[in-house]
Amino acid sequence: MSRSSVMPGFRPTIGFTLLYLGLVVLIPLSTLVFKSFALSWDDYLHIITSKRVLSSFRVSFSTALAAASIASLFGFITAWVLVRYSFFGKNIFHALIDLPFALPTAVAGIVLATIFQPSGFLGKLLLETFGIQVAFKPMGIVVALIFISIPFVVRTVEPVLLEFETTMEEAGSSLGATRLQVFTKIIFPNIFPALLTGFALAFARGVGEYGSVIFIAGNIPYVSEIVPLLIVIKLEQYDIEGATAIALTMLVISFLLLLLINLLQLWVRKRSGQL
Amino acid sequence: MNAITQPLYKDKIVAQKRALQDPNWVKWSLIVITISFITLFICIPLGLVIFQAFSKGLTAYWSALSQPDTLSAIKLTLIVALVTVPLNTIFGVSAAWAITRFDFKGKSFLTTLIDLPFSVSPVISGLIFVLLFGAQGWFGEWLMEHDVKIIFAVPGIVLATLFITFPFVARQLIPLMQEMGNQEEEAALSLGASGWKTFWAITVPNIKWALLYGVLLCNARAMGEFGAVSVVSGHIRGLTNTLPLHVEVSYNDYDVVGAFASASILAALAIVTLILKTALEWKQSNR
Amino acid sequence: MKNNFLNSLLAAVLAVLAANHADAADINLLNVSYDPTREFYKEYNPVFAKYWKAKTGDNVTVNQSHGGGGKQARAVLEGLEADVVTLALAYDVDQLHQKRKLIPENWQSLLPNNSSPYTSTIVFLVRKGNPLGIKDWNDIVKPNVSIVTPNPKTSGGARWNFLAAWGYALKHNNNDEAAAKVFVTQLFKNAAVLDTGARGATTSFVEREIGDVLITWENEAYLVLREFGADKYEIITPSLSILAEPPVAVVEDVARKHGTTEVATEYLKYLYSKEGQDLIGKHFYRPTDPEISAKYAKQFKSLQLIKIDQFGGWNEAQKKFFADDGVFDEIYAPGK
Repeated sequence: MSRSSVMPGFRPTIGFTLLYLGLVVLIPLSTLVFKSFALSWDDYLHIITSKRVLSSFRVSFSTALAAASIASLFGFITAWVLVRYSFFGKNIFHALIDLPFALPTAVAGIVLATIFQPSGFLGKLLLETFGIQVAFKPMGIVVALIFISIPFVVRTVEPVLLEFETTMEEAGSSLGATRLQVFTKIIFPNIFPALLTGFALAFARGVGEYGSVIFIAGNIPYVSEIVPLLIVIKLEQYDIEGATAIALTMLVISFLLLLLINLLQLWVRKRSGQL
Repeated sequence: MNAITQPLYKDKIVAQKRALQDPNWVKWSLIVITISFITLFICIPLGLVIFQAFSKGLTAYWSALSQPDTLSAIKLTLIVALVTVPLNTIFGVSAAWAITRFDFKGKSFLTTLIDLPFSVSPVISGLIFVLLFGAQGWFGEWLMEHDVKIIFAVPGIVLATLFITFPFVARQLIPLMQEMGNQEEEAALSLGASGWKTFWAITVPNIKWALLYGVLLCNARAMGEFGAVSVVSGHIRGLTNTLPLHVEVSYNDYDVVGAFASASILAALAIVTLILKTALEWKQSNR
Repeated sequence: MKNNFLNSLLAAVLAVLAANHADAADINLLNVSYDPTREFYKEYNPVFAKYWKAKTGDNVTVNQSHGGGGKQARAVLEGLEADVVTLALAYDVDQLHQKRKLIPENWQSLLPNNSSPYTSTIVFLVRKGNPLGIKDWNDIVKPNVSIVTPNPKTSGGARWNFLAAWGYALKHNNNDEAAAKVFVTQLFKNAAVLDTGARGATTSFVEREIGDVLITWENEAYLVLREFGADKYEIITPSLSILAEPPVAVVEDVARKHGTTEVATEYLKYLYSKEGQDLIGKHFYRPTDPEISAKYAKQFKSLQLIKIDQFGGWNEAQKKFFADDGVFDEIYAPGK
């Protein structure tokens, strides 16, 4: 490419990037791969397909999916409201969105469990009016993961909404579209890739979340036992091979998810470049 | 003809406006939904932290914070942030430069690798350093022979935090620098400015707000990380407990005020970060 | 006995030699322990430091690390430099020999009473007034009872819980293992939460107000009464439970490297002294010293206690009940 010939600093920056990436991320992660080599393929399959492991994958994936979906819906509404409307106290709400990034996950878990426990002030309300117990049920995992997911969705959708040209809406409306049509035919399709990215990030993060979940999950095998907890349990049983086998599987899944997100973004950028 | 089209045209304007603006009932119900959602998932938990921290009064709060174990946890947390944030900032800038200013094969793959620590479970992030530096790990024997402590000491905690906060600065910078393009920098270079000069005079002023935001988020995460650090810390009171670990220890000691007082420092830190960030954004948009 | 005498003589000689040094040395010890001993060691450490200062003139500071037994033993195996370990069960301590030879094979015979300075047992904690009328193990397997226990896979205390229930079921079913399995399956069907450690389970029961019964260490139950008020909870002692013997050991490999073998050994031996035993009783562990034990006798209800030997020792019990695909995994397998 022509532009690479003008700009200086490719060698040092890419060199440092690769070196640092290798030292901090790749070499440590490669231990999982090498440790797993100690296992035969059959042993690996045996660990991964044991009922308990499969059911923990089911719990982790289904709760992360539910949480990412709910967070995407409300995160989208939140981003929309924060970008498009103005109301009293908007800045405060805007500033609070990133709190789950910064608050230690253990604190989040303890606090959410306190609120949603059957005698807690929201937990009691839900239990008495709807008969739903949140904490110490799979529902508790979903609540913790929604908390974790909020910034991912809002912060991915928000910039796209900000940049989104109102001229496109104007064009639509001048062609006689109703508000609903403008939204479904023009706005939503343009926001959708960003929303999907936010969803996927929230999902990937949710599957791996540990600190906040164990305080509110109940941790019952086959019901509310998540994959990271099972890794910890295996480790504490001195079964390092078993733990690495599960960890490697999770790593591969999250890598594929991220690759998918990046390809999606690439595709969107190319498509919008052509428009 | 005019007599007929005039009102129609007016109607059309009104209809167009309607198609551009949300009806009031939609607007207000969405606002209510947003406020309830944020209140439920963010304000109430935050309020509870503050309420519990001060539940026994200001003196209890203060004495909880001035305990030696709490102070040493604060100190360790600051040390960890002081090492990790600058390193990841340098990396983030250099990676963003390489990725957005040049075309090369496998760029998408590289970006994915940079993002990877985002979605690796904290438990795994801790485990890999144990596999590397633990007594039974790759370098375990060598480290023991030379009496170098990494795991269950400060270096291990720093490494796990470096891993966790690895993508934050890079992720803020890459999309921005991609969008900016490099015309300005090319212009400066063609006028004979050196690479360094171009970077400081053109690039840095353009990315400074995103850079600062990335640094702030990286810092908040570095101070608040629990899962990964918990695996490599060893939980020795007053020595290897960071602030988030100290919260858990205090809570398990039935010291609720102590636990939430420590948590409130981290929450306050988060809020200061967020206020700073909002102020930055405001300044940026007013620029 | 003779060995002990020689050891203490040697310690005394060394102590005199040490005391002759002009300035006092500052010694750091790391005690890696399980969850419920936080309060005990917090009080014991300064008492020992005072004793050691008087004896040798050296200042000793003991650092503490607490957590689930399995996690703690694993941390020591991975290089956490503990001078002494004080864990919930012998199996976890034994791993330090099995996996890395950090301690000698005969570690359990190096200190009196199988290296257990105190014993304890497993009891029930219920809410005040005992609304469900819980008296014994057969009351808590009834369908309407909700129980809290840690997960035997991660918590040493929970393994004692499991074996106590198993022992009770065997006794009442003519040693029929199949019946015992049905009994324990029902018990865990009633579990509302499985926390990773004993302290987490207590928190679930007390702070989260989950469950009707907490199955826990006797000392942990008494601690709840002291911390949260005897007017809110009651301790129920079942007719039969297990004699829990939490062991202690000097991690010789680490202590040798630190040059702390002597003070670490003395730190553990002092647990057997009158002062140590008295503190042990004060924190609701059962002292092994006959005299101190008599002093605290009225504090503990007497009950039939089975021993781990009945299960063939910890290695056997671990393999049969708690290893992957063991009895505990079977009772949780779906479709049952």
